Amino acid sequence: MAQAAAVAKPPAPPRRRRASATPRRLPYLLIAPAALLMLGFIAYPVLSVFWYSLRDYNPTKPWRNGFAGLDNFTRIFTEDPLFRDTLVFSAKWVFVEVGLQLMFGLALALIVNQTFVGRALGRALVFSPWAVSGVLTSAIWVLLYNSQTGITRYLADMGIGEYGVSWLSDTSTVFPAAVVADLWRGVPFFAILILADLQSVSKDLYEAAEVDGAGRLKQFWHITLPHLKDAIILSTLLRAVWEFNNVDLLYTLTGGGPAGSTTTLPLYIANTSVDAHDFGYASALTTVAFVILLFCSMVYLRLSKFGGEK
Amino acid sequence: MITKEAAPAAPAPAPAVPEPPRPAKRRRAWDEAPRWQIYLPLGIYLVFTLVPFYWILLFALRPAGSTSLVPWPMTTAHFEKVWTDRGFGTFFQNSVLVGVATLFMTTLVALAGGYALARFDFRIKRGFMLALLCSQFVPGALLLVPLFEIFAELRMINSLGSVIIAETVFQLPLSMILLSNFIKNVPYSLEEAAWVDGCNRFRAFRVVVLPLLRPGLIAVGSFAFVHSWNHFLFALMFLNNQEKQTIPVGLNTLMSADSVDLGALAAGGIIAAVPVVIVFAFIQKWLITGFSAGAVKG
Repeated sequence: MAQAAAVAKPPAPPRRRRASATPRRLPYLLIAPAALLMLGFIAYPVLSVFWYSLRDYNPTKPWRNGFAGLDNFTRIFTEDPLFRDTLVFSAKWVFVEVGLQLMFGLALALIVNQTFVGRALGRALVFSPWAVSGVLTSAIWVLLYNSQTGITRYLADMGIGEYGVSWLSDTSTVFPAAVVADLWRGVPFFAILILADLQSVSKDLYEAAEVDGAGRLKQFWHITLPHLKDAIILSTLLRAVWEFNNVDLLYTLTGGGPAGSTTTLPLYIANTSVDAHDFGYASALTTVAFVILLFCSMVYLRLSKFGGEK
Repeated sequence: MITKEAAPAAPAPAPAVPEPPRPAKRRRAWDEAPRWQIYLPLGIYLVFTLVPFYWILLFALRPAGSTSLVPWPMTTAHFEKVWTDRGFGTFFQNSVLVGVATLFMTTLVALAGGYALARFDFRIKRGFMLALLCSQFVPGALLLVPLFEIFAELRMINSLGSVIIAETVFQLPLSMILLSNFIKNVPYSLEEAAWVDGCNRFRAFRVVVLPLLRPGLIAVGSFAFVHSWNHFLFALMFLNNQEKQTIPVGLNTLMSADSVDLGALAAGGIIAAVPVVIVFAFIQKWLITGFSAGAVKG
């Protein structure tokens, strides 16, 4: 990365006439709107979360507000079983979702990268859930999972399973049910990104491999997969962060239930701040979540040797 | 990585040997798989993708209480009810406003920043890039409380402006990185040639670079629109007034009612889906090229 940046800029040729704005100031002017927006609406809120995390801050109990030192953090690690439970569930959720989405997305991308009749339509159809929101996904799957008029009723009509089963309100079935709903929307993301990267594999490599007698499986293993490596690492990381942080789907599909069995850490934080108004404690939880996320990302990038050998 | 670096090195001795003409029977292309290996898994996956879509269409079109698996007799009653009684007409307008405003703000601001990142070396560039990447780890959902306080301070609670700003801000970092990669792919010499011809920097950009950025602009713009159309938490938090809410919030209200009106929910869902499906159908082809040119290769 560092050498690349140094080499990339060749010395600019001497210019005849400077373009109107003085280039010294121009780059700063150009990034100013973005920088100001991000300072005001990302950096400042992040700092205030760090600040609140050291305080007792609850608008409904103002008499208790004040500096709390590390009390919030001790409470997280010693007195709060919900923190551990929701963190474990978050890890499980992210791991299962990203793993399955990558697997299906990769397979789907390889399939629609072939030439076949109806490819354009096939691509458009399998990618279409990508555009659907978390809330709409929930709405669709609420209809599908409905105990009276959902899919179970028609399955029962055919003699599969029983009538009146509600997958979303049973602690033993809610996890797979939610996973499938989120997969439906998440697989196209990977498929699109991987398909995009597949466009840049040189066909010569495959032809050479074919001449050398490598079968399709060998070609996939030795040509396609190494080529996709960086794209896969980056997209899994982005997706993992996104799946960890995003609360739309679980918030609307299960509400974190039944009995808190599908509450992720961000969902727990949202409940703590929005319902319980315990902003100080929620901020401390946010800080911990942020640190965990950053740490896991660093470890992941290091272990996966992103960008090849240094 | 290794393969990619090895590839240019390997053919080095090759040019000496003229390539023998290919035998005609080599017609079968290297990537050709048996047909059933394509259609069978694709067909199974299509069932998984399309059944949920069919399900919601079915509930939206068949009369309440019907258990038929085909939407016949067809009714538009659910749509009429949702559009007028449940306020989806208003929500739709608000969502369009938020989506279009976010699209333009994100694209403009990201274009300016992306140009600076692609074309200049300046002192805070590395730090700025790092900040862009780090911002990806900041969960918008967890900043709801401080963001709410900021917008309250700015007297923007219950105004669509708050949602537009919040959506734009969280779209910006990726959009900017994406667009700067696109701009890097346009040779600087093209711009310089335009300066020689008497264009100033802005005009050179507009005439020479901008038309070449079309796939990138479409990718970024449609992303911004779809995300803001779909996103729900900011609108839920910052807009308390029924008149100001957006479609996802309306859907959530329908879903969290004590007894869910399934027909109305389905019709509301269709209304929520139509614009993004249209956008998606339009940009689908650009999306693949957009990503392969900009996103994946830094």
